[in-house]
Amino acid sequence: MVDVISIVRDNWTLLLIGQYPHGPLGGLAITFVLSVLGLALAFPLGVAVALARISPFAWLRAPATVLVYVVRGVPLIMFIFWVYFFVPLLIGRTVSGFTTMVVTLVIYEAAYLAEVIRAGIEGLPKGQTEAARSLGLSYLQSTFKVILPQALYNMVPAMISQFVSTIKETSLGYVISVNEITFAANQINSTLLTMPFQVFIILAAIYFALCFSLAQLARYVERRITRQRAGAMGAAGKSPPRPTAIAQVLQ
Amino acid sequence: MSTAASKQPMIAFKGVNKWYGQYHALNDISATVAKGEVLVVCGPSGSGKSTLIRTVNRLEDIQQGTIQFNGQDVNARSLDLNKFRSHVGFVFQSFNLFPHLSVVENIALAPVNVLKKSKAQARERAVQLLERVGLAAKADAYPGQLSGGQQQRVAIARALAMDPPAMLFDEPTSALDPEMVGEVLQVMKSLARDGMTMMCVTHEMGFAREVADRVWFMDHGSIVETGTPDSFFSHPQSDRARKFLSDLRTH
Repeated sequence: MVDVISIVRDNWTLLLIGQYPHGPLGGLAITFVLSVLGLALAFPLGVAVALARISPFAWLRAPATVLVYVVRGVPLIMFIFWVYFFVPLLIGRTVSGFTTMVVTLVIYEAAYLAEVIRAGIEGLPKGQTEAARSLGLSYLQSTFKVILPQALYNMVPAMISQFVSTIKETSLGYVISVNEITFAANQINSTLLTMPFQVFIILAAIYFALCFSLAQLARYVERRITRQRAGAMGAAGKSPPRPTAIAQVLQ
Repeated sequence: MSTAASKQPMIAFKGVNKWYGQYHALNDISATVAKGEVLVVCGPSGSGKSTLIRTVNRLEDIQQGTIQFNGQDVNARSLDLNKFRSHVGFVFQSFNLFPHLSVVENIALAPVNVLKKSKAQARERAVQLLERVGLAAKADAYPGQLSGGQQQRVAIARALAMDPPAMLFDEPTSALDPEMVGEVLQVMKSLARDGMTMMCVTHEMGFAREVADRVWFMDHGSIVETGTPDSFFSHPQSDRARKFLSDLRTH
């Protein structure tokens, strides 16, 4: 335990911000940036792919389906290597490890998120779409104002799992020398050599703190929305009509 | 209650046929609903009444025949379906309110997004309509906080917000507890008295006797008998109608 504290005390800047300002930004800061960027870009892409998956147009549905099947069939580490080695060939210049990670994470997460969102959309009662369309709302209007708000809310727990996954997946950037926190921890371990357990316990604790905070945030958001929708009475139900209400109506 | 005033019918079915695979759901339906008329469609389960009413705003397609609504061919390829549907008021058996929006937001959603009214205008009209259905106090409540009868009344207000020339009701009280049926029927009766053209699929025979101008009795996809409520309920002509009415009365 004393070892753990001394390691943290000696190396906390490396873990937190890498070699900055004497080198590039790294450590937890990069993990954080990768996760946030990855999620911020994967989420709208995930929605788009989900809508394409259930689109009536085959030219949208086919590529979306292919994307999802391919991404789900191949490990992330393979994707990282593919993007890292093929993209420079395609665009004619080298791509940094960081950019590779962002691109890979976005596509990877978007495919999984798309399936989660699709489940949310298809799980809604058909009557919601029917009611929205019967009022004259267009497909896009009913999707964005009626269906998606409900679908996304219903799938918050599943989406949080995906978000937490993203944070952990950033650790694979280590294989292409992306300077994130796993890389930093490995550097410390290579220097110290005799205390791998302590070093990696610290790493695990940091990841856990990050993921746990995200899960707690999600719980908070979920509870706020539930409270707003269900109101003081709790779950939707028929309360016995009070005599005054009927008297009012019958006047 | 009000007599049909003008020459062109509001709804006209001509030779309408629909199949679900091999099953002949609608069998050569030809009939009209005049402007200002209140029509009740009744019949045993599976007779095609809900299917018929859903073809009017194209929630169901037909394979043969034509349907005219307010002079427009419902199944014409050139029809702007969203615009058309915004002129047809539809009330569902399961209310289909949008749970993530408050009552006022439910009612104002389509006027703002389809009729392009301002939010303030739409809200004002929504409150007016809520007063009409006796729910002004629930303007900012959420559907989850309302009883079934209240939700259905909000659904009626939501359909009325688009100022449709006619309203379609698909078994509006069938999902309600008996003590709440009355409050919804009150609203429908007041609509009828105000001259709204209404086509109601319902089992509420008391309602039919009180406000309907005509009754269509359907069985196995065809309109077996039509007549005024008085003549239909006291002297049904066909055997099937007689059996249906006696089954209704014996419980």
